[in-house]
Amino acid sequence: MMIKGILTGLGILLFAFIWQTSLDGINRKIVGRFQKRVGPRWYQQFRDIFKALSKTGVTHGWVYDFGVMMALGGIMATVMFLPVVSVSAFPGFDNFFIFVYLFAVGMLGMAMSAVGSGNPLAGIGVMRALTQMVGYEVPFMIVILGIIYGHNTSSLSELAAIQQANGILTWNFVRMPLGGIVAYISMLGMLGKKPFETFIAPAEIASGPMVEYGGKQLGMMIIMHEFATFIEVTLFVTIFLGGATTLVGFLAKYFVVYILASLISNALARFKIDQVIKFYYKVPIALAIVQALVVIFLGWGV
Amino acid sequence: MENTIEKQEKLQKGWDGISRFFRANSIWMLMYCTGCCAIELPQAMTSRYDMERLGMGPMATPRQADVLLVTGYLSLKTLRRLIYAYEQMSTPKYLVAFGPCTLNGGIYYDSHAVINRLDQYLPIDVYIAGCMPKPEAVMNGFQDLIDMIKRKEANGWKNYEQNKDWYRKNQIQALGELRIKDEFHE
Repeated sequence: MMIKGILTGLGILLFAFIWQTSLDGINRKIVGRFQKRVGPRWYQQFRDIFKALSKTGVTHGWVYDFGVMMALGGIMATVMFLPVVSVSAFPGFDNFFIFVYLFAVGMLGMAMSAVGSGNPLAGIGVMRALTQMVGYEVPFMIVILGIIYGHNTSSLSELAAIQQANGILTWNFVRMPLGGIVAYISMLGMLGKKPFETFIAPAEIASGPMVEYGGKQLGMMIIMHEFATFIEVTLFVTIFLGGATTLVGFLAKYFVVYILASLISNALARFKIDQVIKFYYKVPIALAIVQALVVIFLGWGV
Repeated sequence: MENTIEKQEKLQKGWDGISRFFRANSIWMLMYCTGCCAIELPQAMTSRYDMERLGMGPMATPRQADVLLVTGYLSLKTLRRLIYAYEQMSTPKYLVAFGPCTLNGGIYYDSHAVINRLDQYLPIDVYIAGCMPKPEAVMNGFQDLIDMIKRKEANGWKNYEQNKDWYRKNQIQALGELRIKDEFHE
């Protein structure tokens, strides 16, 4: 039973890597067309990752190296718990809060490793990433707690099953549109897409936490980024768009959510970090509280 | 024993071939824009010529980059920073020089503050001709670099490691003092 679970988890990992990396290449192509360019080939992202892994990497001490391993390992462990198309490696262990906590392991590994590199720009980047996290987590959590209160469960597969009962009309995104919009804005912040790209900011702080990464470590960080994107988008698809019963449905929903985020990113400019926090603490948090009050006191949308 | 060494060599060769394929098709640039040739890079990057077709893209720091673009003349001060940046890049790394200023000093050939020949100080893989090189020439130069990587001819970084004493002697002669240091760990 355990072995079967681990094998399923590895399968989910492989699927996540291949799908998200291909989609990133397709995304670069679409962005290229968006800017009237031809764009790279769809498998460019694979080439970049394997190129980076084939280079020599410098080390900045054991904290730096260990942090990279911890980041990649933590994120990979999180992916293994995800229920994808009603396939779950460890059934019963897909509570929403498992993802919140396991995801933090990977992110803290990345923060530790980046700060361990000793570069001041990396420190600024990590500080900005954590500040931004304080910004988007609060409205996101208020919306999620409203959903958990309304549906009386915090298991992802149960939430998906509830939403699949009556087609598109029972999707949380349709029943709780305010919450869906808030969660999408929060997801843009999690993904680090513009206008919430403050912690990467290549022209301003030289790609922030990534500033000292090169060669193998950079390749591992890119793989970690692909997995992190997969987790965030899958959480949104599962909680708000009703998951999926078929693989095609899942891929279609995932595609729309991710490409839309990317197009928004390419049409907008970047906020400063204080603007990000002010924005999250004004508009999304107000909408989230309204949504939670509606769910709790009026019982609409459940 | 010999058999295993042979096997290892074969494996190494195969791995080299695979990694060369990836390296040739995914080149991340570090743009060191000191001179006027840098003005031709935006055209090569954006929709008219679209460098990303070749798998090339800009990167933010030397650690992440594969190729260092030297776009124009180098004063002694910028040469020092260029050497620091080049030493920080992870191997295999390549260097592309733009215009005549990197070849013989260009219009600044008689300035006391400008070096004339860059290849005395750092190994150069590809020169791009023109003052300034047109975007077509820039794209052509990058295509040449890609072909050279595929043919195993872009060996500037190996050359630099083998003849480090000679390069270092020239660098010190020009700059007086050169301290390659890791400023974040001291």
